[in-house]
Amino acid sequence: MAIKAKHQRLVLLVIALVVLIGAGLLAAWALRNQASYFYVPAEITANPPESDRAVRLGGMVEKGSIKTEPDGVTIAFVVEDGKARVPVVFKGIVPSLFVEGSGVVAEGKMGADGTFVADNLLAKHDENYVPREMQNMTEAQAKQVVAETK
Amino acid sequence: MIAELGLAALWLAAALAALQLVSGALGLTRHGETLAGVTRPVAVAQGLLALIAFLCLIYVFAVTDLSVKLVALNSHSMKPLVFKIAGAWGNHEGSMLLWVTVMGMAGGFVALIEKRLPEPTMLATLAGQAFVSLGFYAFLLIASNPFERLSPVPAEGNGLNPLLQDLGLAFHPPTLYLGYVGLSIAFSFAIGALITREVGPAFARAMRPWVLGAWIFLTIGITAGSYWAYYELGWGGWWFWDPVENASLMPWLAATALLHSASVLASRNALRAWTVMLGVVAFSMSMIGTFLVRSGILTSVHAFAVDPERGTFILALLAINIGGALTLFALRASTVTEGERFALVSREGALVFNNVMLSAILGIVLFGTLYPLVAEAMGAKVSVGPPYFNPMSALFAVPMLVVLAIGPLLRWRRDKFARIGKLLVIPALLVVAAGIAVVAIGGVSLLPFLGLALSIGLAWASVLPLRDRNLRRTPLPVWGMVFAHFGIAVALFGMSSESAFTVEKLVAVRTGDVTEVGPWHVKLDSIEPVAGPNWTALEARLLVRYGADGKETRMLPQSRSFWAPPQQTSESALLTRWNGQLYAVLGGEAEDGRWQLRLWWKPFVPLIWIGGLLIALGGLLALAGRVASDVRRIVAKDKIAYRRERQGR
Repeated sequence: MAIKAKHQRLVLLVIALVVLIGAGLLAAWALRNQASYFYVPAEITANPPESDRAVRLGGMVEKGSIKTEPDGVTIAFVVEDGKARVPVVFKGIVPSLFVEGSGVVAEGKMGADGTFVADNLLAKHDENYVPREMQNMTEAQAKQVVAETK
Repeated sequence: MIAELGLAALWLAAALAALQLVSGALGLTRHGETLAGVTRPVAVAQGLLALIAFLCLIYVFAVTDLSVKLVALNSHSMKPLVFKIAGAWGNHEGSMLLWVTVMGMAGGFVALIEKRLPEPTMLATLAGQAFVSLGFYAFLLIASNPFERLSPVPAEGNGLNPLLQDLGLAFHPPTLYLGYVGLSIAFSFAIGALITREVGPAFARAMRPWVLGAWIFLTIGITAGSYWAYYELGWGGWWFWDPVENASLMPWLAATALLHSASVLASRNALRAWTVMLGVVAFSMSMIGTFLVRSGILTSVHAFAVDPERGTFILALLAINIGGALTLFALRASTVTEGERFALVSREGALVFNNVMLSAILGIVLFGTLYPLVAEAMGAKVSVGPPYFNPMSALFAVPMLVVLAIGPLLRWRRDKFARIGKLLVIPALLVVAAGIAVVAIGGVSLLPFLGLALSIGLAWASVLPLRDRNLRRTPLPVWGMVFAHFGIAVALFGMSSESAFTVEKLVAVRTGDVTEVGPWHVKLDSIEPVAGPNWTALEARLLVRYGADGKETRMLPQSRSFWAPPQQTSESALLTRWNGQLYAVLGGEAEDGRWQLRLWWKPFVPLIWIGGLLIALGGLLALAGRVASDVRRIVAKDKIAYRRERQGR
């Protein structure tokens, strides 16, 4: 395994570069496939993602839509953005600021039947913590959120 | 008054940093020798002044001086004293002041004790340290003055985010900052060595204790941060690949690589350019971490600064420091002569392999962390999570772990696999046996399967370097290596077991109901209201038994409501057995008087953090060994000098 001594530094450099560039390319490829995209209801109904792809859905919880299933831990509600409505089911403990008429980001997958199955809900915690996606909501929605926390 | 004193100390410290930069830089020229002498004392004074400024900030927080804007915005007179003090660095300005304080003190300490390097290299190092510090002083004084007064004085403060009202906060940021900023010393040493063309074993030996120290603090900080997220957030997870977690993981990966390459340089005089490069990269990762966390570009419990001016300022500092260092490296890399050579199959070869793997993982994490930011700049909103990070980092971590088992058994310079083949039979058999056992249990996915199998083999292999050694005479750094590598195996087993065998249960129960999760029987006894100093809570009294006839134990998860600022948190309850942890969270009240309970049985999960602490302990042993031998050498030198003096008479 003796390399010609003169070239050792070069060989090591080339090996390191190949591995690092390989890692970079692999990362770029994986990122294209694995990143989870953010949708608002209007986009997700018009152009639904494949049902095995993890995405995030953000919008407002429609007033009067939150219903608890008989098992006491599954809830169903509707996320809307003024243009479209998406039914969501979630099994778990909801964040304390998850209330009707407030903003929410649901992480999960879009089912084939048009119901969004969420594995995680992000709600507004306080005035210092807003899910990044909710910062760009329409002004009316933002005002509504601000009015709620005051 | 105290606030003004702090501000004055901060300005004076900044001025001294400027003087330190000038005197250090001029000291390198022919005419600046007279000025060079002040560099070390100035560095010490700068560190002390920064410390005074920081103590002033702690004082105004401790007495809740609401005329100081920072206190009014982040504190509250009703808070317990320990959280008032910890609140001093639980905000943007205070945490940046902590950063420059640690940086100034570390620089002062180097100036005081480091005598091995040639004086010009020391001057260049201290000037480099002053240059980096100066940027952060400017940032504090111009864009984030922690001592700004407020008029009129409010009657009460805003309070501190309840999630941060936790003892973990008192230690978590200072620990990580000690790590981040310790790497600034490695960075400055690298700059100093490059400027004076002194990249060699002496440079590596001077740098090594700082890298080790920084790495120990980072290890502890990450371990503690992970445990904090685990019990405080109530989500049952211990690592979320959240950008702020990655921000601490990236410097750790770089520091781990640097630690090993510095060892090769110190003892074998090889990997010169690579070590210098890693010295630059490690601190760059610290700064990128700080930028990500503190610029407000990410929203999280860590992002205090939402002011875009600050983000731009940190970005500019980042560009100047990293860009400058990389330019210097590009200019001087050709003058760094090649070190000693080694065969591919050798201890050095294994260390190079793992250095490259660590760098590849670092690249994967960096890409995944920055991608959402880049995508957002181009108009797409994405988030990157475990489906990307887990398999991609495992791709490089698995070969690294295999080499980690073999490398320490190889000889320096040149070796043959045949020589160590016999030693590796048992670990290899253990890996196979563990693999078969896991398959027999069934239902385990690929990564946890690999993790479980490898961790068993690695645990055995990691103690093999102690074979044939007289344990009493084994040097501390060898013990350190064994502990750290064994700790990796322990943590890996914990992580894999958690993801392979966790049982989760989500139910709505009435008081008196019994539910089962894994081997546990959990009974909701009652729900009681309780109150703390600045919160009220609903507390579930759970009676839990391990197995049908185990001893009954109480667990008390709470759902807390804080009133300053008004916010709700859930306090999870944990019950630790030797073989795992039961984790309980109280949810809301469901209809018809039922209560939501979320329960997890997580076999061997505490091993994750025990492993983390073992890794840190290994670092501590190695550091103790290095410092002890340095001290011995200094004492021996003094003795020789003394004898020569006597003989000379």
